[in-house]
Amino acid sequence: MTESATHAPASPVKEIEVSDLRLAYGGKEVIHGISFNVHRNEILAVIGPAQSGKTSMLRCLNRTIDFTASASVSGCVKVGGQDVRAMKDVFALRRRIGMVAPLPTGLPLSIYDNVAFAPRCSGVTRKADLEPVVEKCLRQAALWDEVKDRLDSLGTALSGGQQQRLTIARALSHQPEILCLDEFSIAIDPVTTMRIEDVLKELREEITIILVTNLTQQARRLSDRTMFLLEGDIVEIDATDVIYSGESKSEKTRGYVSGMFG
Amino acid sequence: MSSVPSPIRIARAERSRAAVLAEKALEALIRLSGVSAILFVAAIFFFVLKEAAPVLFSEGFSLGQFLFSTEWYPTSANNVRYGTFALTVGTLSVTALAMLIAVPFGLGAAIYLSEFCKPRLRETLKVVIELLSAIPSVVWGFVGLTVMSKLIVNATGAPVGVNVLNGGIILALMSVPVIVSIGEDALKAVPDSFREAGVALGATRWQLVYRVLLPAARNGLLAAVLLGVGRAVGETMAVLMATGHAVHIPGSLLDSVRTLTANIAAELGEAPSGSDHYRVLFLTGTLLFLITLVVNLTADFVVRGIRRK
Repeated sequence: MTESATHAPASPVKEIEVSDLRLAYGGKEVIHGISFNVHRNEILAVIGPAQSGKTSMLRCLNRTIDFTASASVSGCVKVGGQDVRAMKDVFALRRRIGMVAPLPTGLPLSIYDNVAFAPRCSGVTRKADLEPVVEKCLRQAALWDEVKDRLDSLGTALSGGQQQRLTIARALSHQPEILCLDEFSIAIDPVTTMRIEDVLKELREEITIILVTNLTQQARRLSDRTMFLLEGDIVEIDATDVIYSGESKSEKTRGYVSGMFG
Repeated sequence: MSSVPSPIRIARAERSRAAVLAEKALEALIRLSGVSAILFVAAIFFFVLKEAAPVLFSEGFSLGQFLFSTEWYPTSANNVRYGTFALTVGTLSVTALAMLIAVPFGLGAAIYLSEFCKPRLRETLKVVIELLSAIPSVVWGFVGLTVMSKLIVNATGAPVGVNVLNGGIILALMSVPVIVSIGEDALKAVPDSFREAGVALGATRWQLVYRVLLPAARNGLLAAVLLGVGRAVGETMAVLMATGHAVHIPGSLLDSVRTLTANIAAELGEAPSGSDHYRVLFLTGTLLFLITLVVNLTADFVVRGIRRK
């Protein structure tokens, strides 16, 4: 691959480069030196059973792993070509990566304040600047029509599915280059899930998406490439078509995606 | 599937009469404990008011004078006057000063302990703070009377060191431990998912505190402040010793005052049981009770107002 940013499909731009990432919690290694790239404007699905290191891997990307005192990380994670562990302004890093947690966590603030939270943290305080951002993000998350008349009510009072879309709106509010979704649909109904999936397909035009999911069919519907993590190792990473074609390289992958184990 | 018996059903069928009764009894007991709180407060209020009531209807007593006159001469030979306004102002001024000092320090310390402090230091600090709250109030009063008053005289040149400033500082020192420990509990009770969400949005530690944690822990923090206020309003021995005990509306921080509580403590022993003086002191107790009630209700309304917004 060439160093220059050619936009030819053969050499996609690497938004995230992970090389030999190892993570241990209190001496027990849970990620055993994984390396992979995430290309700009793709949806990368990460599948794998519980305890395979999916969430921990995401936490290494935006360095929220720093808050776990027992965690020790080695290897290199580069976001946009910069080593995240060498970054001085970790808050700026986190603003480049939107993160959506498995369970909807509306902050105990109004809907408006929930979405305006991140812009305010980075210094945008004028109402005229905030309002368009809030509206745009709520529209992107397919929530605007339901809440536009009650932006002042508490975000935590919304239903689970609405709160999850609020979380997505919030994650988009600092205009991230990367959006990580960690099993975003486990607490919401299938109809809402499909609406959010449509949102994600549109968002792909603008940003890079990492989709951690337990639903192998969701990965198949949405992603360009799929990575199969198992007990802290990458079993396989390839185009989603290949992974689900039944002709993937690893027998484990074939077994997992067809529901034989896991 | 239908051949598997439901274990829950079996357990329920086997529940003995005794178990059912025991559960009923337990339920009643719990209900009683809940209601008893109201009962006790009502009973205390009733008995205090009962002692005070006769004077309310006696000749020569005016409620207006009791509330708004500054003349407190309960043992005057020819013209007895029971005006508690100066005492009320004394209580409020000392409490206000105490809160002015204790709330920022207490909440600041609670935030530090809960969010910024290393675990080991936190444990040490918490032990020290608990120790602080275990000091008897008479010891605080002693500190006020000797150490603090000398410091105040040296620093300000005031003629006496026992005054509003002294009482306020002593009460602040007594309220801070309450505010810190309840406030820290309130902050610790905020779910970690809120912290993670805030951090993932690029919030710095301070932004996390004042944009997420303070709103989320608002009710608990208010409870902490209220308990601090309660401690300060109700404190007797320390303020009796530290404020100078002069019935007088304070013009500055360096004036001596007397509080409602200190007045009751100092005079009740000398007032003949059943006398007007005795009954007026009970009425003062009722007034104190009402002041606390108003403070609590106001705070409650304020919180509700914020929540609705």
